[in-house]
Amino acid sequence: MIRNVLIALLSGTLFGAGLAVSGMVDPARIRGFLDVFGHWDPTLAFVMGGAVGVMAVAWMLESKMQKPIYAEAFVLPSTRLVDFRLIAGAAIFGIGWGLSGLCPGPAIADFAIKPRSALIFVAPMLLGMAIQRLDSWRAAHRLLPTNARTT
Amino acid sequence: MTGVGPTAMPLQGLIGGAMIGLASALMLLGLGRIAGVSGMAARASGLAADGAPWSWAMAFVVGLPLGAALIAAIVGPVETHLPGSPAILAVGGLVVGFGTRLGNGCTSGHGVCGVSRRSLRSIVATAVFMIAGIATVALMHLLGVAA
Repeated sequence: MIRNVLIALLSGTLFGAGLAVSGMVDPARIRGFLDVFGHWDPTLAFVMGGAVGVMAVAWMLESKMQKPIYAEAFVLPSTRLVDFRLIAGAAIFGIGWGLSGLCPGPAIADFAIKPRSALIFVAPMLLGMAIQRLDSWRAAHRLLPTNARTT
Repeated sequence: MTGVGPTAMPLQGLIGGAMIGLASALMLLGLGRIAGVSGMAARASGLAADGAPWSWAMAFVVGLPLGAALIAAIVGPVETHLPGSPAILAVGGLVVGFGTRLGNGCTSGHGVCGVSRRSLRSIVATAVFMIAGIATVALMHLLGVAA
């Protein structure tokens, strides 16, 4: 439905605008926040505070709703597992984040400001995602015969 | 440990943060989905088997630079200092792409949507990527590597 696509576009646009207003499209500012032993820039803490505050209200509303306004059902992460995958993934992401000062949102938003640099980050980012997918696919298929034997 | 940098923008941070929160709230209450950028990017580029419908993910991803361009047009030039080294950009991107998919989220999905939902999983992920980021920046300073 075209209406839902437009809502997703509006959400992405508002998200990108928020990243630009708060200075989060600037990797120097992210690295400034992570540089707690140097010249610390607390701006990211205010961004997270503002975003989490608004979203906390949204979750309260969500708990009172039968379904979303424009879609048939809420489709939300159900897993509560804190496992090695989660921690290793977050740690690996954190290393890349500290190294470059970029996470996926600001990197994609930066296409509007410095497209060449954004591409040099985003193309390998998609490659990294592809490698991870291939990796988990191979792992799943390696495990299949073993599982079949044990059951 | 140290003083606050002169470039800190608490007010713009709060306003921009609230806008990010509203965008995520629109995604959640309007369409019933988490506004996780890494998941949306993977979905839009055909690298995720599940997630939001492709057209929603693509529209959301296209919106990100559109929003930044709108702010540049309305408010004025948006400052950004991207790493000058293509190697750091490329390696950073590769590592971020792999890590966000392995850990099922990044600063938006875990950091904003998950933490506000008080999901233990997301709180742990956010703490871990913050600590890893801080350690990486500190190590780069120690080794004299500039981004």
